[in-house]
Amino acid sequence: MAEHGLTPTPSLPDGSTGDSQFDGLTIALNDTPHMASLACRKGQEKAFAAAAKELFGSALPGPSGLVEGKEFSLFWTGPDQWFVETRLDKYEDIAAILKATFADTASITEQSGAWACFELTGSGALKLLERLCMVDFEKMPTGSAVRTVMEHLGVFVICRDAGSRYTILGARSSAGSLHHALVTAAASAL
Amino acid sequence: MNQPNRLAGGQIDRSKQLTFRFDGKAYAGHQGDTLASALLANNVRLMGRSFKYHRPRGAFTAGSEEPNALVELRSGARREPNTRATIAELFDGLEAQSQNRWPSLAFDAMGINDLFAPFLTAGFYYKTFMWPKAFWEKVYEPIIRRAAGLGRLSMQPDPDAYDKGFLHCDLLIVGSGPAGLAAALTAGRAGARIILADEDFALGGRLNAETFSLGDSDGPHWVAATLAELEAMPNVRIMPRTTIIGAFDHGICGAVERVSDHLLAPLPGKPRQILWRIYAKRTLLCAGATERPIAFGNNDRPGILLAGALRAYVNRWAVTPGKTAAIFTNNDDGLRTASDLMAKGVAVAAIIDTRSQGTRIEGTNHMFGARIVDTKGRLGLESIVVRRSDGQMQTIACTTLGVSGGWNPNVHLTGHQRGRPVWNDAIASFVPGECPPGLTVAGAANGQMSTAAALEGGAQQALILLNDLGFAASRPELPQAEDAEFRLSPFWHVPSGKARAWLDLQNDVTVKDVKQAHQENFRSVEHLKRYTTMGMATDQGKTSNISALAIMAELSGQSIPQTGTTIYRPPYTPVSIGVMAGRSTDGHFRPTRLTPSHKWAQEQGASFVETGMWLRAQWFPRPGETHWRESVDREVLATRGSVGICDVTTLGKIDIQGSDAATFINRVYCNGFAKLAVGKARYGLMLREDGMVMDDGTTARLAETHFVMTTTTVNAVAVYRHLEFCRQCLWPDLDVQLISTTEAWAQYAVAGPNARKLLQKLVDPAFDISNDAFPFMGCGEITICGGLRARLFRISFSGELAFEIAVPTRYGDALIRQLMEAGKEFDVTPYGTEALGVMRIEKGHAAGNELNGTTTAHNLGMGRMVSQTKDSIGAVLSRREGLMREDALRLVGFRPLNNQDPLKAGAHFIAGTNPEAATHDEGYMTSVAYSPNLGHAIGLGFLKDGGNRLGETLRAVNPLGGDSVAVEVVSPHFIDPQGERLRG
Repeated sequence: MAEHGLTPTPSLPDGSTGDSQFDGLTIALNDTPHMASLACRKGQEKAFAAAAKELFGSALPGPSGLVEGKEFSLFWTGPDQWFVETRLDKYEDIAAILKATFADTASITEQSGAWACFELTGSGALKLLERLCMVDFEKMPTGSAVRTVMEHLGVFVICRDAGSRYTILGARSSAGSLHHALVTAAASAL
Repeated sequence: MNQPNRLAGGQIDRSKQLTFRFDGKAYAGHQGDTLASALLANNVRLMGRSFKYHRPRGAFTAGSEEPNALVELRSGARREPNTRATIAELFDGLEAQSQNRWPSLAFDAMGINDLFAPFLTAGFYYKTFMWPKAFWEKVYEPIIRRAAGLGRLSMQPDPDAYDKGFLHCDLLIVGSGPAGLAAALTAGRAGARIILADEDFALGGRLNAETFSLGDSDGPHWVAATLAELEAMPNVRIMPRTTIIGAFDHGICGAVERVSDHLLAPLPGKPRQILWRIYAKRTLLCAGATERPIAFGNNDRPGILLAGALRAYVNRWAVTPGKTAAIFTNNDDGLRTASDLMAKGVAVAAIIDTRSQGTRIEGTNHMFGARIVDTKGRLGLESIVVRRSDGQMQTIACTTLGVSGGWNPNVHLTGHQRGRPVWNDAIASFVPGECPPGLTVAGAANGQMSTAAALEGGAQQALILLNDLGFAASRPELPQAEDAEFRLSPFWHVPSGKARAWLDLQNDVTVKDVKQAHQENFRSVEHLKRYTTMGMATDQGKTSNISALAIMAELSGQSIPQTGTTIYRPPYTPVSIGVMAGRSTDGHFRPTRLTPSHKWAQEQGASFVETGMWLRAQWFPRPGETHWRESVDREVLATRGSVGICDVTTLGKIDIQGSDAATFINRVYCNGFAKLAVGKARYGLMLREDGMVMDDGTTARLAETHFVMTTTTVNAVAVYRHLEFCRQCLWPDLDVQLISTTEAWAQYAVAGPNARKLLQKLVDPAFDISNDAFPFMGCGEITICGGLRARLFRISFSGELAFEIAVPTRYGDALIRQLMEAGKEFDVTPYGTEALGVMRIEKGHAAGNELNGTTTAHNLGMGRMVSQTKDSIGAVLSRREGLMREDALRLVGFRPLNNQDPLKAGAHFIAGTNPEAATHDEGYMTSVAYSPNLGHAIGLGFLKDGGNRLGETLRAVNPLGGDSVAVEVVSPHFIDPQGERLRG
């Protein structure tokens, strides 16, 4: 990591981690992922897949898929598009690092600060999610991701463990509104 | 607090006594009571006054179809008018008031309306309050509203929270009577995901109200055993107190769950009600049937109920409305009420059976071929007047009367997508016709009127649906149940003399009103409804519509199905507005977006303005400043004098990459972009397909295949959507990838003669940002503060020497603080959107007011930007002759002739002494500001042939406000017209 003098701030406007405890559910802000979007350029599919295999050690996930590797986790966001996230600080400048591997086979855009990341943990997660979003979460398998709308806000919901562990990625600028919706609905549902 | 009308048995918990108040008086009831059953137990039959004539009324039903017993429930801000006492679950401490009466329920002065009834017939308002027209709103309507009506609103904010949610299932079962439970058993055992919803707090439907045996058990015990099995299934969701309010598109049903209405107040954090959107692969409607009355003279007195409701009070709630009863029926089901009453020890003085013969009920006076022609009793039933089959009149004393004219299947949801029910002669009522896709019907709602038929119907229909869905299911063993023939001889109303026969109790519509509407040629069902108000308000005519149709049919000589029905619309029962809003209230009505410098701006005491969902700092007041203009003027002067900083993160930022990125951008902007050099930015103008200007912004080329486009704040999403459309649909062959990075970068404008000096303190020494190395419209990826990656753009909206600097968003707060600290020596000033607006008007830059969807590049004075040497979206249509006229509107500047005069945006320009009329309109003012640099107001606006009229004097008129200002047409570039500052 570079030794610059600027300190990052968390995405919640009050600067808190937004930790909230409910009957069977914990909601916590987990702002640290380094994220980038990764899109395959036209005609580069083969070289792109090879580079992905080399860096991530696994095939790229298909529609609504999630692959969690040792260093990186990836989820599908659209045709030939993925999000890559890592929590290792050595990848802080993730876009530049990916670019070094993928070169001109991919279009890569840093997304690290763009998203507020909320972790839902506990058996009450489904009861909360059914108050927030029209996706059929009961049918959402472990290792999948979906782009949807919650409280008028575009979000990604990642299912890491069906029924008990989910990540919600929402736009950073509206993290406060999304957090309010999460905790209000959780108080109501649990 | 004894309960004189309480009987033995019933499904109430006598160990739990609840106290409640009605019109201030304390009573006792039990857990399991409704407000209506508890009042009846206390011998309170009079519960309300009618809408129009203020006639005394009591509970008429035992369910959600109730037209009469409407009360105001709770007090203070929680007071809810028009609550049906028949479904209001009793809780300890419940408070209710009767409504539409003054001064008291027993003595209602407005009861005088009843004496004027001959004048207040159908269409009375329409005929009487026609003249003078001006009186309607100011005089007539307020008087009518005061005299007629239902309950009062509290006029206070609703203190309760509401929620909403989304559910999914294979099968939604609407109603938990015998059909619904049989279907749930079938589907539950097959492993299908099911939702079983019922509006009642106790599941079981009519099984709770009847004394039939089911196998070797009775109704309530079979219900309990069945529910216990269903509750143990993880694939079954049982939702009591949940009304399915509508059947919508794509198998979606709306449902309202009353989470806390049976409590004194919701528990902390819990909602009062939840609006659920249920996505069901199949829906099975098992909503049962609603009994209908027979109309006869004075058939509305408290104590007169539907026979099935009377039976429900006796069996489920162990309550009788009166010690002596009578029954008026045209069918065998009505006779059951007599038997059940007698079994509970209630005297049945007589059964008045309209049929000439049938099975005689022993132990009472069963009078065949008889009619009730009138009733007596001022505030409650005391006696009935019967015309026997021999024509003799007989008065019979009784304090309660059960009336049955048959049962109408609850087909409502089947009609929510305009399906019309069909007539069934066997039950003399409508049964479901064409249903919404995915919805089928079973049980009494489908005309299967016996318990055995309902059980079998529910199971069989579930089997069909499960088979459709691919589940292996088998018919569950169903208990033996009554399977009586539905014997009914249609009979709608007793022709009476003077006594009024009420059809619609809620709207005070009589048989005579229907006849009068017919006489006055309101003969379509829809016209009848509007003219008489028949079937309107909270009960939507659930107990009256079919009878009214029958009378219409009788008058017109048509059959009932030929007469038709009105359309059933959602909601099935009344829905509070609060639950529609859910959590979206007050400050959380919609989400807000905060800029990276929001917290810092709050610390500075900034005033914020909403732009879209964003909250942006509008200005930063300093101590001593008492008016916003003082702050804004200071910010403008400080920026132009030294340096100012503004958060411009809200502008849309779209990352465009790919080997064809330059080609792509060259096609979406009307001006040339193909040859933009790496490290350069350019102003771009984007047209819609029709040639109008869509948006503008700068696009920077960071690398050969990498661009960053900025959009206006409000059009960020629209432009992104447009680009995706172009990429995916118009030119799928291009190698282009798009993604929004608005959220990823915090971006600040640093503007003013000292902007470079300030930034040089932060930018790492490896990067030269001198004018030579980093000239106007330069851009580049740099690092700042010792290594943080950043982007720098030499662009200017203010017209000053200016940069925009961007860092990853999470460093935005740190950067604004660093900039302010580093800028101290230059007296750096943060500026808000107002100062931003002033400076862009001073420079003649177009913004949202000018890019209003009706303007072209030609109007904006940028016609020559539309490249002739390439094709781009909108270029061809922008060249339409009418749009390119020489005298078309052109963007020019305006200044008042008198420096003291303010200007108004929206003012229209009128030349010379022409009148203020549209025919003389020559254009309009779009943006105005006070320029602290010039010392007077300035404006931008569109003027016909404006470019050739500099120096001309016009009137800027505001016919709405009645003012007019003399203005001079000037160049829109008020400050630094040569643009020397921004290149410095």
